[in-house]
Amino acid sequence: MKSTPFFRSANSHSAQNRRPVALRPSLEIWRGMALPLLAFLLLPLAALLWRADLSQLWVHLADPVALQAIRLSLETTTISAFLIVLLGTPVAYLLARYDFPLRRVVDTLIDLPTVLPPAVAGLGLLMAFGRRGWLGAPLELLGIEIAFTAVAVVLAQLFIASPFYVRAAAGAFASIESELEQAASLDGASQWQVFRFITLPLVRMSLLSGLVMSWSRALGDFGATILFAGNFPGRTQTMPLAIYLGFEMDLDVALALSVILIASAFLVLMLVKWLLAGERE
Amino acid sequence: MKYRSLSICLFCLALLCAGCLAPADGSSSKPPTQEVVVFAAASLTDVFAEIGTAFTATNPQAAVTFNFAGSQQLASQLAEGAPASLFASADQRQMDAAVAAGRVDPASVALFACSRLVVVASGDRVAALSDLATPGVKLVIGADAVPVGAYALAFLDAAAADPAYGEPFRAGVLANVVSYEQSVRAVLSKVRLGEADAGIVYATDAQAVADVAVIDIPTQLNQLAYYQVAPLRDAIAPEMTREFFSFLLSSEGKGLLSAAGFSTDCASATPE
Repeated sequence: MKSTPFFRSANSHSAQNRRPVALRPSLEIWRGMALPLLAFLLLPLAALLWRADLSQLWVHLADPVALQAIRLSLETTTISAFLIVLLGTPVAYLLARYDFPLRRVVDTLIDLPTVLPPAVAGLGLLMAFGRRGWLGAPLELLGIEIAFTAVAVVLAQLFIASPFYVRAAAGAFASIESELEQAASLDGASQWQVFRFITLPLVRMSLLSGLVMSWSRALGDFGATILFAGNFPGRTQTMPLAIYLGFEMDLDVALALSVILIASAFLVLMLVKWLLAGERE
Repeated sequence: MKYRSLSICLFCLALLCAGCLAPADGSSSKPPTQEVVVFAAASLTDVFAEIGTAFTATNPQAAVTFNFAGSQQLASQLAEGAPASLFASADQRQMDAAVAAGRVDPASVALFACSRLVVVASGDRVAALSDLATPGVKLVIGADAVPVGAYALAFLDAAAADPAYGEPFRAGVLANVVSYEQSVRAVLSKVRLGEADAGIVYATDAQAVADVAVIDIPTQLNQLAYYQVAPLRDAIAPEMTREFFSFLLSSEGKGLLSAAGFSTDCASATPE
């Protein structure tokens, strides 16, 4: 079974399956029917950008609460992204290349966090890594405290976001012709050399796009973070938490942070499409 | 292949369960006609649920729906136009916000209950009030915007001005805060889970749970939370809303509030 990353399947097919020109007259009808959803998706974003006073954007972003949140978000998501690649790549390779008992169960487990409500993830993390949790209690005896620290933020992001990378990477590994790797290994390349010089360069762009997707997901997490890591400015209050709190304290700061997140999400998605298009050519 | 048959079995089992759990329709003869939507402070969760049950028992044609959250969150929702019938806030500030947003007529606001602050603790690191300032203790309180958070900060200010505690006490306590939570119930949950050693909540929240130790805050430092209620200008089901409003202030409503640990005779005292 070859698993394709779900956010890729749409555009990877559209290029080849484009309808012949003869059927084009119905374009007008389809366009009319597509309009309501497109308008619905666009409307909240447009309203938010309209309401956020863009000329005052920098003033609100210079607010200490906003600055701390941005810095914390960047730091934690960078560490999360690093861990996701380090720990996710072997999982993706394993899933794409080997058959083993309970493979399908593992495959399903990897997808689970993407459909779970993040609050469930947060609660689960508390039960496992909280001070009275399975691992949290022994770790505390060793003097390692996770709850209410930036470490908790990273763990929450890792849980929520890593499946996006693993899914993309597994799809990419599965799409490589195994003859290429066999040829290299017949020529005397070691397993590591095959992976490093043949496999990796072929999937580079897919891995990068999966990473960017999952980084973006980590950046946006709210539910798991607030439940597991709590809310403390500069320590665990990431941008989404600051937006939530800002909704009650200072709407302008919340709007300014929202604009940043929308812009970064948009850039990320454009980047992903560009990377994947580049790899296909 | 064997996983496929396993998953088919599980699927069938799930269908069976869903069948068992499906509500037996037709039992309710008359659908309730008027729905009162109550926006209430998180600390009122248990007592308002009881009051709602008692209210619908005497008014069978009424249905009561609750939206429990931090008062500040409810006030924000109201300011953004959320449809509702009644707003019960845990402090003056958030009721003022609803008034400022034009949703509440200031003349219709009524004080209906009071509660005071206590410290709840789990584990053995916090046994007395002074332990709150011991380095290494993990403390959670409400965020400044949340009424219980604002009251907690006011308590710390009062303690700082009191020679028995002083400024170092306040500084020590604030240094121990590890999270500013979004509602009093979130504070309580973090303490019950043992994630935090202690938290500051209302006495009424602490009364409802058995698994935390309760430490009293002396009266001269304590802060009274004044619960205020008002029907909205544009209330959903305005007549039934008035009924609910009077029920809350009636002797039956007060009885339920007192049973839950709220003080109702503060209604004569004026909030500062």
